[in-house]
Amino acid sequence: MKKISGVLLAVVAAFAMGGLALHRHEPINALWIVTAAVCIYLLGYRFYAAWIATRVLRVDPSRATPAERLSNGRDFVPTHRAIVFGHHFAAIAGPGPLVGPTLAAQFGYLPGTLWILVGAVLGGCVQDMTILLLSVRRDGRSLGQMARDELGPLGGLAALIGTLLILIVLAAVLGLVVVNAMKHSPWATSTVAATIPVAILVGLYLRLWRPGRVLEGSVIGVVLVLLAVLVGGWLDQQPTVRAWFDYGPLPLAACVVVYAWVAAILPVWLLLAPRDYLSTFLKLGTVALLAIAIVLTHPQIKMPAVTQFIDGSGPLFGGKLFPFVFITIACGAISGFHALVSSGTTPKLITNEADVRLVGYGSMALESFVAIMAIIAATLLDPGVYFAINSGAGVVGSTPELAVHTISGWGFPVSVQQMQDLARAMGEQTLFARTGGAPSLAVGMASIFGSSFGKGLLALWYHFAIMFEVVFILTTLDAGTRVGRFILQDLLGQAWAPLGRTSWYPSVLFASTLLVAAWGYFLYVGVIDPNGGVNILWPLFGIANQMLAAIALSVATGIIIKSGRARYALVTLGPLAWLAIITTTAAWQKITSPDPHIGFLAGAGDLAAKLAAGALSAERAAVAPQLIFNQRLDAALTVLFTAILWLVILDMARVCVRRLRGLPLRLSSEAPYRESRLPGAVVMGN
Amino acid sequence: MPRLERIGRKLRACAAALWCGLRALSGDDAYERYRAHHAAHHPREPLLSRHAFCREAMQRKWGGVSRCC
Repeated sequence: MKKISGVLLAVVAAFAMGGLALHRHEPINALWIVTAAVCIYLLGYRFYAAWIATRVLRVDPSRATPAERLSNGRDFVPTHRAIVFGHHFAAIAGPGPLVGPTLAAQFGYLPGTLWILVGAVLGGCVQDMTILLLSVRRDGRSLGQMARDELGPLGGLAALIGTLLILIVLAAVLGLVVVNAMKHSPWATSTVAATIPVAILVGLYLRLWRPGRVLEGSVIGVVLVLLAVLVGGWLDQQPTVRAWFDYGPLPLAACVVVYAWVAAILPVWLLLAPRDYLSTFLKLGTVALLAIAIVLTHPQIKMPAVTQFIDGSGPLFGGKLFPFVFITIACGAISGFHALVSSGTTPKLITNEADVRLVGYGSMALESFVAIMAIIAATLLDPGVYFAINSGAGVVGSTPELAVHTISGWGFPVSVQQMQDLARAMGEQTLFARTGGAPSLAVGMASIFGSSFGKGLLALWYHFAIMFEVVFILTTLDAGTRVGRFILQDLLGQAWAPLGRTSWYPSVLFASTLLVAAWGYFLYVGVIDPNGGVNILWPLFGIANQMLAAIALSVATGIIIKSGRARYALVTLGPLAWLAIITTTAAWQKITSPDPHIGFLAGAGDLAAKLAAGALSAERAAVAPQLIFNQRLDAALTVLFTAILWLVILDMARVCVRRLRGLPLRLSSEAPYRESRLPGAVVMGN
Repeated sequence: MPRLERIGRKLRACAAALWCGLRALSGDDAYERYRAHHAAHHPREPLLSRHAFCREAMQRKWGGVSRCC
């Protein structure tokens, strides 16, 4: 029976992929992509994941997990695998798989889709599952601790610094996405502003009036936030009130930075935790709704399979298909950040080792499916509209006429009238140059939702989608700033011990300010950059995230070889080698390319030459020195990322060579075997 | 009508399981689980109040990486 359904899956997958391959020069229906994706995930889950679990990881269902051995009813709690799956998915699903695929759609729908599928099934899912099991075997230790225990202090430190840097770049780029979604949009700004008092209200409710009644609090919060979307639409019609929420990018960026700083120093229960409940509910609900709507409407994909921008001249970000599609889509294919979650709270909930396949591999497959939906939402737009929304004014021209002329010249016809009509339908003033991916994703989602659940409500759906993305992003921003603060305090504490105390208020203030200032700087430069800023920050984030994935895979490979299973090491070594190749190539090109759209140094040099020659307008000349400095700083950061990456890889190689030569090694930090006494199945709930 | 009754019972069981799942997923039942664990394993030690337990759980959750990009 199992075999028959497996064969059936393979046939459907092959049929759908064949459909994708044969429809190259005509519009294709999104259902082909959905079908191919679902079948490939199921095949990967049924065969590859099962093989890795039994052969490579030697998952042992009879072995007691930390949740059982260390059960304390608090953080170590044996939990039903469906519940752990939900927890884990909610924790790993962030805005990354929505933004990355939207940006990568400039290459056409095919490259991004293929990388999301192949990268997830062979790379991302494998990484998440492997790190999860390794952490389960080590009492739920974190990635940094495992790197230190198994490789050495160097690996541990590299993982720590790598995580801190990625958090800074991540917060900056996410802040930029939020700013671009809200600039001169009173509806979006008022709705997002309203989520702050709503979150505080929910926080008070859960703290003072009904402690721990999470469901009640969340439902109240979600209803209030949905009301805020409606009220925002009404506010948008009132000329005086409207002006209170109408801001340009710089004041909004200042608001985001101040907000994040305040959120970082306020107690978690007041803002961060309740906001997280809201965003989790919205996230799971919207993702489910989007999946249903895509199947119901089965829209046509209008973007070509492959565009001319694979040659590196893309307007969203510069760089050829290889390696930049692999850098742009990190979350959704393989994301190093997941390794931190897989070695955080999740391993402490796993009841049985056999559950890691569903929780680790399965959650990542679902996350990857979210990325597929994002690429569908981006590519069902008219390509001309997609490029008009996502291209910075510095690339296509600062007036609508100029932008439309440039984009139509690329062979993607679009008119000013069309863009105005679209903006009016979405309840916005303009949709030109809304870089960052969120607005174009919201337009895509609004048209999907609109055609399945009510066409007249496009503007409402658009602002619902924007609110959903922003709430989601702000949660990641807050949580990231907090984690970054802990890491920074850990590092600072080594210089002066009191700074390392996470509950000492002066230290909290100092570390939070330092961290927010660091990403606030990158956000500021991104905002003043006429090319949109995302074109610089997103590749940097991609390189950082892939570097973290490479660190995680190095730890996994080191442990697999140390435990005498070198012949299976290719399972993690393969994705690791691929990540090392693409990250290093991308870093090399970002540093040395003579093309100012790609190379940081070339970009800085080009701008400096133009500034010296007086070829810039007064407005641009004023910000040019900051942009020049920033590009050089980005180049230095890229060098640092690459150095950390290779340090860890070489450290792992050193450990492996010692093992293969039979030289003495650090002992495995695996907890000793104890037989599980739990019954085969755990009762759900209580 | 025993058949209708059977279907009704099944539906009720389904709804109950769904409700339990939703509560477990959102962490709504965390305190009840803790109390059950406490009663079964450490009945002599002092039991945390709901308020204190929730406060501690929140600190624990946000003390590490709990959200991703």
